[in-house]
Amino acid sequence: MTPILEVRELAVDLGGRRRWLRPDLPPVRAVRGVSLSLRPGEVLGLVGESGCGKTTLGRTILGLQRESGGEIRLDGAVVSGLAPREARRARNAIHYVHQDAGAALDPWWSIGRTLEEALLVQGVRDPAERRARIDEVLAAVGLDATARPRYPHEFSGGQLRRVALARILALRPRVVILDEPTSGLDMSVQAMVLNLLGTLRRRYGLTYLFISHDLSVVRRFCDRVAIMYLGRVVELATAAEVFARPRHPYTRALLAASPSLSPEARPPAPIPAGEPPSAARLPPGCAFSPRCPHAQAPCRRTDPALAPDGRGETACLRWREIAADTMLPA
Amino acid sequence: MLVLRKFLRDIPAVAGALIVLLVLLLAILGPWIAPYPEDAAASHLLRRLRPPSAAFPFGTDNLGRDILSRVILGARGALTVSLTVVAAAMAIGVPLGLVAGYARGVVPELIMRVTDVFLALPQLILALALAQLLGPSVESAMLALTLTYWPFFTRIVHAETQRLRGALFVDALQGIGASTPRILFLHILPNALSPIIVRATIGLGFTILVAAVLGFLGMGATPPDPDWGLAVAQSRGYLPNAWWFATFPGLAILVAVLGFNLLGDGLRDLVDPRLRRSR
Repeated sequence: MTPILEVRELAVDLGGRRRWLRPDLPPVRAVRGVSLSLRPGEVLGLVGESGCGKTTLGRTILGLQRESGGEIRLDGAVVSGLAPREARRARNAIHYVHQDAGAALDPWWSIGRTLEEALLVQGVRDPAERRARIDEVLAAVGLDATARPRYPHEFSGGQLRRVALARILALRPRVVILDEPTSGLDMSVQAMVLNLLGTLRRRYGLTYLFISHDLSVVRRFCDRVAIMYLGRVVELATAAEVFARPRHPYTRALLAASPSLSPEARPPAPIPAGEPPSAARLPPGCAFSPRCPHAQAPCRRTDPALAPDGRGETACLRWREIAADTMLPA
Repeated sequence: MLVLRKFLRDIPAVAGALIVLLVLLLAILGPWIAPYPEDAAASHLLRRLRPPSAAFPFGTDNLGRDILSRVILGARGALTVSLTVVAAAMAIGVPLGLVAGYARGVVPELIMRVTDVFLALPQLILALALAQLLGPSVESAMLALTLTYWPFFTRIVHAETQRLRGALFVDALQGIGASTPRILFLHILPNALSPIIVRATIGLGFTILVAAVLGFLGMGATPPDPDWGLAVAQSRGYLPNAWWFATFPGLAILVAVLGFNLLGDGLRDLVDPRLRRSR
């Protein structure tokens, strides 16, 4: 199956600046050579700790952040290397749902106006069609028409997620980038949002890039999972494989650090010590090597690339040895 | 009507609003309210410098004109000057601030440095110099005040726009492909409105004051206009005996400026989107 969205060796540098009579500011290498592909209809989870570049990757795919290298293809056509405005136009099939749905709405605009504006911006000129589409998407996300004259501050967190989804759905996207769609919600609302996302995906034939750091949600919701560490994808495989047989030491550490109701089911892996290094000052070799319990001299020299490992891809020099060393539950 | 109820609890703001309303009424209805509307230009040398009495509650001036009438008639001039100046200053300052706050690169730097230069000059001195250059008249005073007041709006709007540019809802608008003018004027401007309104209200009062100062120094209104500042200037030769001549026009300036300032302060607390309700 041809991928709907393909990202190849994508790199994003943020904020580097030449300065006059002062040392230049080095750029933060937020995304370093990420390759991903989304198959139509699938949910690809993007997991990693705060600051690993998940959101930057999402914004770059959307077109709000300009890539500094690599290639993005939508339906096989190259849509990268464009100025921001053209990039957005070329990638109109991709839309983005912000983590903080409330802050992503203008507090001065009622929900109805906000939804209508999105359609106006996209050039839907017929008022009757705008009204029909808004009614349709509001119903699809489970809000009734009384939501239209109300303002963002009058809604709860869960309702705001619905509003944010409705706004995007009205634009008929095919790929939706969901940035932490369940963070800051209590468990029951989380479950509701996930159910809704599943329903919408089937109904509208959507493909999701699901950015999250909540492993239990990712495990439940995603078909495949990409684990990111400091701007790189370090492991990519089906959700079932990643959670049952993690290969990369970082993935193992992440899984070990996540709370679980059955502690004995977790693969034994030490929790990584210390903070992740700054993306502006990367260590030589494998970026995870300073925190990795398995790191050896070669790890500090060569930065491993993502390579096929039999059931997915892993970017680790020693995953074979580590897998053999540690007893994994079958 | 939560907003109204909250406003009504703020006694200084309500007092300010009442004063502003009074000034507005006087400005609109002045010629019909004033007991001697013809005293805008006429002179009656037989009743010069009469102290306050039943016939002339504020007394009469050096040309025998009723001071109460001239204070009432002066409201229109004062308000015209301040409204024109503030509107013109906003028309210049707000778009510049929006552009300077939203764009990146050389243009915002240029705008803000020019703004800084204008801010660095003492407003009254610059206004005086300009008024002197253009010849004393109400128009040159208005031009001078406008040229010195717009940077305040640019500063405020620049700061607000910079803050809002990073807001998530602006990001979301860029994400759905909204154009820059749409984001600036339909989203950032309304969200930056409260400091603009506050600044404009205080600016109205402040402009009345500076216009009065220019009038006092002979750089603004020209005789026989019923101008408050001009009246205070003319009264100097008759102090302290004809105390009413200086006092009542001076009080008019004081009360009008105070009213706009109180209202401006009250509005600052009010214009808050969280208080907006659909019901």
